Amino acid sequence: MQRIGVFVCWCGSNIAATVDVSAVSEALSHEPGVVFSTNYQYMCSEAGQNLIKDAVREHKLTGVVICSCSPRMHEMTFRKAVASTGLNPYMVEIANIREQCSWIHKDKAAATEKAIILGRAAIAKVHLNAPLTAGQSPVTKRALVIGGGIAGIQTALDIADAGFEVDIVEKQPTIGGKMTQIDKTFPTLDCAACILTPKMVDCAQNEKINIFAYSEVEEVKGFVGNFHVKINKKARYVDTTKCTGCGECTEKCPMKKIPNEFNLGLDNRRAIYIPFAQAVPKVATIDPDHCNMLKNGKCGLCAKVCSAGAIDYKQKDETIEREYGAIVVATGYNPIKLDQYDEFAYSQSPDVVSSLEFERLTNAAGPTGGTLLRPSDGKHPHTLVFVQCVGSRCSQEGKGKSYCSKICCMYTAKHAMLTREKYPDTEVYVFYIDVRSPGKNYDEFYRRAVEDYGVHYVKGMVGKVTPRSDGKLMVQASDLLAGEQMHIEADMVVLAAAIEPDKSARPLATMLTASMDTNDFFTEAHAKLRPVESPTAGIFLSGACQGPKDIPDTVAQAGAAASKVIGLLCKDQLTCNPCVAHADQLMCNGCSSCEKVCPYGAITYEDKEFRMPDRTTAIRRVASVNEAVCQGCGACTVACPSGAMDLKGFSNSQIMAEVDAICKM
Amino acid sequence: MQDVKTFRPKIVAFCCNWCSYAGADLAGTNRLNYPADVKIIRVPCSCRVNPMFILRAFQRGADGVILCGCHPGDCHYSTGNYYARRRMTLLFSMLDYLGIEKERTRVEWVSAAEGAKFAATMNEFVETVRQLGPNKRLEDLRCKK
Amino acid sequence: MQEVMLEKAKELLQSGAVDRVLGWKAGEFAYDITPCVFASAQELEAGFVYNDFCGNNLSKYLIKESRKGGKVLAFLKPCDTYSFNQLIKEHRIVRENVLVVGVPCQGMTDGETLKAKGVKGILGIKTEGEDFVINTLYGDRTMAKKDALPERCLSCKSKKHVVYDELLGQEGDKLDSGRFDLVNKLEAMDPEERFAFWRGELSRCIRCNACRNVCPACSCEKCVFDNDASGVAQKAAADSFEENMFHIIRAFHVAGRCTDCGECSRVCPQNIPLHLLNRKFIKDINTLYGDYQAGEDTVSRAPLTNFTEGDAEPSIVTKGGKKA
Repeated sequence: MQRIGVFVCWCGSNIAATVDVSAVSEALSHEPGVVFSTNYQYMCSEAGQNLIKDAVREHKLTGVVICSCSPRMHEMTFRKAVASTGLNPYMVEIANIREQCSWIHKDKAAATEKAIILGRAAIAKVHLNAPLTAGQSPVTKRALVIGGGIAGIQTALDIADAGFEVDIVEKQPTIGGKMTQIDKTFPTLDCAACILTPKMVDCAQNEKINIFAYSEVEEVKGFVGNFHVKINKKARYVDTTKCTGCGECTEKCPMKKIPNEFNLGLDNRRAIYIPFAQAVPKVATIDPDHCNMLKNGKCGLCAKVCSAGAIDYKQKDETIEREYGAIVVATGYNPIKLDQYDEFAYSQSPDVVSSLEFERLTNAAGPTGGTLLRPSDGKHPHTLVFVQCVGSRCSQEGKGKSYCSKICCMYTAKHAMLTREKYPDTEVYVFYIDVRSPGKNYDEFYRRAVEDYGVHYVKGMVGKVTPRSDGKLMVQASDLLAGEQMHIEADMVVLAAAIEPDKSARPLATMLTASMDTNDFFTEAHAKLRPVESPTAGIFLSGACQGPKDIPDTVAQAGAAASKVIGLLCKDQLTCNPCVAHADQLMCNGCSSCEKVCPYGAITYEDKEFRMPDRTTAIRRVASVNEAVCQGCGACTVACPSGAMDLKGFSNSQIMAEVDAICKM
Repeated sequence: MQDVKTFRPKIVAFCCNWCSYAGADLAGTNRLNYPADVKIIRVPCSCRVNPMFILRAFQRGADGVILCGCHPGDCHYSTGNYYARRRMTLLFSMLDYLGIEKERTRVEWVSAAEGAKFAATMNEFVETVRQLGPNKRLEDLRCKK
Repeated sequence: MQEVMLEKAKELLQSGAVDRVLGWKAGEFAYDITPCVFASAQELEAGFVYNDFCGNNLSKYLIKESRKGGKVLAFLKPCDTYSFNQLIKEHRIVRENVLVVGVPCQGMTDGETLKAKGVKGILGIKTEGEDFVINTLYGDRTMAKKDALPERCLSCKSKKHVVYDELLGQEGDKLDSGRFDLVNKLEAMDPEERFAFWRGELSRCIRCNACRNVCPACSCEKCVFDNDASGVAQKAAADSFEENMFHIIRAFHVAGRCTDCGECSRVCPQNIPLHLLNRKFIKDINTLYGDYQAGEDTVSRAPLTNFTEGDAEPSIVTKGGKKA
């Protein structure tokens, strides 16, 4: 028989105003096994905790029931207090008489009666509690960063800086991500390449960082501290250890008409290519969809010109299996496809471009060498119209995104400003719903565009863009402040497309068992207090995969994610949740039902020898639970037909006892 | 049969720790009223709820049993509520087949943010069960005399 | 068929292909057929029978027999092979220690069913076309099979063996014989009638555990009803929970695993149609989650250890949408 102490908290008047706390402690003092029962103003206060500790010692309590606020609030507090007396912390049960009683009921008699019943249920459960000890699991001191954009790069650099090994997996042939395609960065207007490429080089040179470019994560197993990951390293058909990145092959390749992804298809590349001059790793890649040699065995020019002998047409995809302690998701974003925005004539005129395309058209390494020219005729544009919120803040079902893409206001101000600075002969219009510029030096930046550079900011939306036969774009818009219709003859229209998570994020989330919101952004463990952690232990979030972000925010979050990873990898052992499943092997049939419903693969089977009642021995297939992997959901306990599987802390008999206590007449 | 006005049903609510129990807490934090007839049992996940628990509650005198869990797709353990959904669907159908009023059992998905939904669900469920009156059938299925 | 089977058994024993034979032997009365393990040709000669009373499903015996060492020959009827497969799937039978010989079955009757039809003093039975010819103390009596078969055989799901190493006789087909008709009939009643029906049936239960003991799906090392920690077991019948809930819990435990062999109803001394509980689960599973026949194969995922994101909500029961 347990010796149980009952502690009823007033929570000031939060509980005491609606529940007669002395009646509760009095009623519960008569329950079987209860040897001490009291009430106190604030059980969670130091004095309250001391009261509990003293009672445990004095009355040699083996079980403690606290009638107080939700266990989600103070279960840990009370467990710690009890543990300090030497009693096992899992001998504590909480009856929630605040959130689930005093706060929702007005009638004091009914609330008091309910509080007593909830107390009885907790007492009934404590009778069946057993001391639990948390297990330990080791931590693999290596992190995996998925995605090699600025978010992934920064996270990797910071983790490596703390002395831990980091692997970056990037699906493109080079790391760098979206930032490599951006020309200048707001609000300081430094060139993106100038600040990004040194970081890319740092990654390549850091001996703690290992880059798997042109690779994708294929399978993730395991759990926090002990992830087992399969990475598919796609065949480049180039031996990266031999390739010097000289680019000779990319000059000689006869397949010249392949849209260049780096310049968003605004110019062409060859079938063997290096994405851009500062690529890391700077090695060539053969595009198997367009290479004649790989498709029909005819050509082989690149192999002939390669003085390093790096070309290998027989190269195969390679699977790499590695262990990690933590995984950081940094899969980033993409602008949405604009094909369905026909009102802006995106698919009808090459002079209607997305903002990212505009970046390439103004970038020195872009298709026009940095001179702003119309894609249709290569002429200098005089009138430019920028349209903001294309697909963002859109309530229309199935068309755009309901959220604000956050970065468009600022980069549009940047585009407008730079255009006016470089080409003072241009007229620049920006159509906006609201201008959102809350960031350090952001509003000042936007105002400079309006005040110093004479950009025409118009509050209103563009209704229609019609390409005219003479090459002009007829822009029909409304100026909401003036209350007039506007008609502009434009040379170029730039659409600030909404951004969305990369398509690879959803299947990745499934592999990681990390949750996502309806827009496919990864969900953080707590919107305010744990913004860089996924609810799944050991998975961290960096950059735009968690929500739209600009570069400063991304870098800040990347650093925060790194610090969380470092905090985890510093530990030699992780303490596991002791409320895990346990198989009674004497009763186990070995039927595999539990194994099938376990989301963590925590259950394995072994053939074990048992002594039978008739003194013979028999070999039986029985389940065993990996306590470090089990998260304690209890799916297996119900799947098990024989009841061999039970959950510590929430056992069948404990829950039944609670049911009985609640239903007792 | 007891008077519908004075009859106070016994309701057992199983709530998963991550969503519905937190939703119930939120209902409390927001001071949203629902009858004291509802008593909550905390379980780690809706998939922890064995049909036996529900039968036990009925047989011990519960008038209604409700199971609340995370919305499908939002399970803290990723798939638990999907299994719970199948188990409860089949169990409820069986109870119905045995002639136990099906309105006495219910599954509702309540997220940690849905305090209002939790309170509304409980109000509605208690009212439904109150209208049905005391549960005699499962206690009595084998004609115990 | 008995002769063919006997020859086959003796031949396999002789050649050393098997060490034992699992079959049926006659009991005190002609209809008291008992499963039996034969270890020699002599034992077979002395006791082996196969006739229209051999309804016992032998698969469950293989859990123990297949672990005893040596190889055992098991004669399995089509219906028994489903249970066999299901037990293989649950890793209960050591497959390599069993030689399955499939035997045909045209429906098995039993003493209870015949006695209920007023047949007395049964001495033997044989099949003649669509009829049984029952030899009794009062002479031969001919009865149409459709009048003398229990419900489980009248609504037979399959005369095809889903697994065998050797097959004797003609292989049959899967059948669509309206096995859910009675479930439909119950579903069509109003709740009051259903409650009255089941109360009437289940009140007769004497908790002899015959249904549990014969059920191939109820093969747990230790039954939850015998396990104190499960929270359902009680030593004395004082606890009304176990009494009331026994059949519901049992049906739920075998849901998705029950092959619908109907042994539970056959052995029930109180003639409770227990298989109608199991069939309800089978019908619901088929309707809600797609057709699933337990024991049809050894690899497919059982409906209760599986899900789809778009599964029906439990409210489908409350809203009665399923009946449509």
